[in-house]
Amino acid sequence: MNKKDLSLLVLILVVGAVVAFINPRFLYVGNLSNTLNQVGMFGIFSIAEAFVIIIGGIELSVGSVIALLGVIFIDLIVNHDVNWVLAVAAIIAGGLVIGLVHGALVTRMHIQPFVVTLCGLLIYRGAARYYTEDATAGFGFGASFPTLEWLTAGRTNVLGFPLPHSVMALVIVAGVAWVLLHRSVFGRYLYAVGKNEEAARYSGIRSERVMISAYVICGGLTAFAAILFAMYTRSISPAVHGSFYELYAIAAAVLGGCSLRGGEGSIIGVVLGTVLLQVLQNLVNLLGIPSSLNFAVMGAVILIGVLADQYLVQRRHHVSPAKGRGQTSVAAAPLERVKVD
Amino acid sequence: MPEPFLELVDISKSYPGVVALDHVGLAVSPGEVIALIGENGAGKSTLMRVLGGVVEPSGGTIRVDGAERSALTVAEAIAAGIAFVHQELNLFDNLDVAGNVFIGREPVHGGPLRLIDRKALYARTQPLLDRLGADFAPDAPLADLSLAQRQLVEIMKALSLEARLVIMDEPTSSLTLSETDRLMRVIAGLKADGVSIIFITHRLNEVMQCADRAVVLRDGRMVGALTRAELSPAAMIRLMIGRDLKSLYVPPAAPPGEAVLDIVEAVTDTYPERAVSLSLRRGEILGLAGLVGSGRTELARVIFGVDPLRGGVIRLEGDPIRAASPRAAIDHGIYLIPEDRKGCGLLLDVSIAENISLPDLSSYLRFFLVNTAQETENARTQRERLKIRAPDVGTTVGSLSGGNQQKVVLAKWLSMRPKVLIFDEPTRGVDVGAKQEIYEMLRRLADAGVAILMISSDMEEVIGVSDRIAVMHEGAISGFLDRSQFSEHNVLQLAVGHAVEMRVP
Ligand SMILES: Nc1ncnc2c1ncn2[C@@H]1O[C@H](COP(=O)(O)OP(=O)(O)OP(=O)(O)O)[C@@H](O)[C@H]1O
Ligand SMILES: [Mg+2]
Repeated sequence: MNKKDLSLLVLILVVGAVVAFINPRFLYVGNLSNTLNQVGMFGIFSIAEAFVIIIGGIELSVGSVIALLGVIFIDLIVNHDVNWVLAVAAIIAGGLVIGLVHGALVTRMHIQPFVVTLCGLLIYRGAARYYTEDATAGFGFGASFPTLEWLTAGRTNVLGFPLPHSVMALVIVAGVAWVLLHRSVFGRYLYAVGKNEEAARYSGIRSERVMISAYVICGGLTAFAAILFAMYTRSISPAVHGSFYELYAIAAAVLGGCSLRGGEGSIIGVVLGTVLLQVLQNLVNLLGIPSSLNFAVMGAVILIGVLADQYLVQRRHHVSPAKGRGQTSVAAAPLERVKVD
Repeated sequence: MPEPFLELVDISKSYPGVVALDHVGLAVSPGEVIALIGENGAGKSTLMRVLGGVVEPSGGTIRVDGAERSALTVAEAIAAGIAFVHQELNLFDNLDVAGNVFIGREPVHGGPLRLIDRKALYARTQPLLDRLGADFAPDAPLADLSLAQRQLVEIMKALSLEARLVIMDEPTSSLTLSETDRLMRVIAGLKADGVSIIFITHRLNEVMQCADRAVVLRDGRMVGALTRAELSPAAMIRLMIGRDLKSLYVPPAAPPGEAVLDIVEAVTDTYPERAVSLSLRRGEILGLAGLVGSGRTELARVIFGVDPLRGGVIRLEGDPIRAASPRAAIDHGIYLIPEDRKGCGLLLDVSIAENISLPDLSSYLRFFLVNTAQETENARTQRERLKIRAPDVGTTVGSLSGGNQQKVVLAKWLSMRPKVLIFDEPTRGVDVGAKQEIYEMLRRLADAGVAILMISSDMEEVIGVSDRIAVMHEGAISGFLDRSQFSEHNVLQLAVGHAVEMRVP
């Protein structure tokens, strides 16, 4: 765990303590368990987003994908009696294909990731609404999938605490992602491509493939999250389901130390970022803040967090206070941090 | 000698784990040309950054026109008439020449609208161009200029600020001989106008050519100064590295073997009408000379699979290969050490160890994870071998001095098993001592059976190290020279497209 993650953890504990102090209901088992469930689901697609951000890309279609794949999933198992195991496989495959298409458009057609995934955001949302004719897709009376429901939306008592399965899934996903990103060769390649694609290519890294894989991983994990959300909400109105989720994902990644320029970020950070966002959500509910202010609170906290981080970084690099050094010049004086020789 | 207007007294600067400057003093008088020399990491750039206001010293005083200060800001440095031409040029290639020279100080008209007065802008730029004898127009887009021309733009920027002192950090490291000559003339002209110049270089003949005195740094300390009369390459080398150097050329252990890489009529994107043929022989160092823009780097990129081959064939040990990507080239045992180390060679904010292992990560596998212990150990070995000056192999590459960064780029490839090595400007920014080590390494690799192509704009290097020289001119090979024909004159003749009289050895 690096310094950044540690300070994020401290921030979470402080915010949590304050909320708990003002409203002890925060610590009730039911509330904690529900919050954790949210963390599980949001964490999975935030990690998905992190993969893309680390290679220097961006994925804006997360929310729309969750809506589209969600309605298709429910339709498959409810209306078409597809075996749920097959349906899960099909949905994940769908997510992987979406990622593959995005990755190919970005690397082969050289379209900017922002544009590709913005189009994705619009297209998938439209497709989801068209698919259900704008109606809500849900489980009718009598439709019941006990195993699937237990697996995705169930909870298991651990030492008397009802631990949501979504959070267990997150732990597994995060564990695998951590090893992949921070210990494996592939992870090194992801960071290298994000830092300097040209240098990575000159080092013999097939940077296009690496980038496409990042989008594919992102698509697959998002599809997984889509299934969890579908099973949790049990009914999906395609116009709003999952909307703004891409922004939650980006926010969690940024809070967790990912740089939108690529090449930076840690899995622990992303998970902690998700936790912080969910605690804030909870704070708004519990402290009686008008829910209309929900996004405003979140935005403010992220901004403060990023500012504080920036401040700390600068403090570390300019040990002595610099008097506007480096900004005054016409000659665009280089930052001391990245040495210009 | 007129009174100095600028004095650095007892300047120190430390970074975590490194003392970059240790009580260094320097006085600058009007119209004086000072060469600042020393090994990689000696602290030259740091000292100049202190003068330019980019780095705040941890100790010492700076005296400008009698006024004492503990540090300068960039604005104060500019106000004091100090202009800094950074080695990595700070120019905007989406602007034209005049726009770059007057960036941030554009003449305006139209009252509150503050529209840019283009006429005045160009009118003010023209005299600067004339003064430097530049051959491009004020409205030439920067993107169309060569590296040398861009350097001139930076100098114009300095002149437009009425600089009394122009600092140039390794201005010639990417220039060819004729361009360097022109820069030397520019320096002489500035000196005649009473402007002082401090320039950093690793090419000692430039010091001989134009410096009034040389100041030598070693390990952050000033180890000596040589007056014009005392200047000689041997004296400088002795002060810089504390010992003498042998001559450059070491003949190969065995005569060159069969051709390893045959390039037959290769066509690149840049010169679609020209074809290049040459072969690299086992155990031979083939120097590739030519002016900047003659297509050498393009050729290297095609061989390495970065750019597509538009025509012709490349044969490796007789079999035609088509390297569609650097990965494919690497799998064939062909490596390229690129010229642009910041853009293509290194991940700047990543550690030395991780940079070195990057092209060959799969051989550091333990299960499918990276074995960091082995990675660190290999990086340590390379650091010893190449004498990379850094507190530790975990240091980020971006904080190393220029020459040491170059050594890291070399280290990346030397830990692997090459058949063909292409070096594009292998010693750009590297000090004399380390250059010697790199040359010895090239020879060792060649003797071990590697075919080496060395692209170089450094005449001394091309002539001193190669076993054979190929010269390029406008996208085609204009001639080959054997050792008996090696001379600056011959290389230059071929580089500008003239023929040379072939002497019988
Ligand atoms: N921002 C920085 N952070 C940490 N160390 C630094 C930084 N800048 C310079 N150094 C260290 O200070 C020392 C002097 O560096 P400097 O760039 O002045 O060397 P130099 O003489 O210009 O070398 P070269 O000829 O290779 O360009 C080096 O050991 C370098 O690693
Ligand atoms: Mg330097």
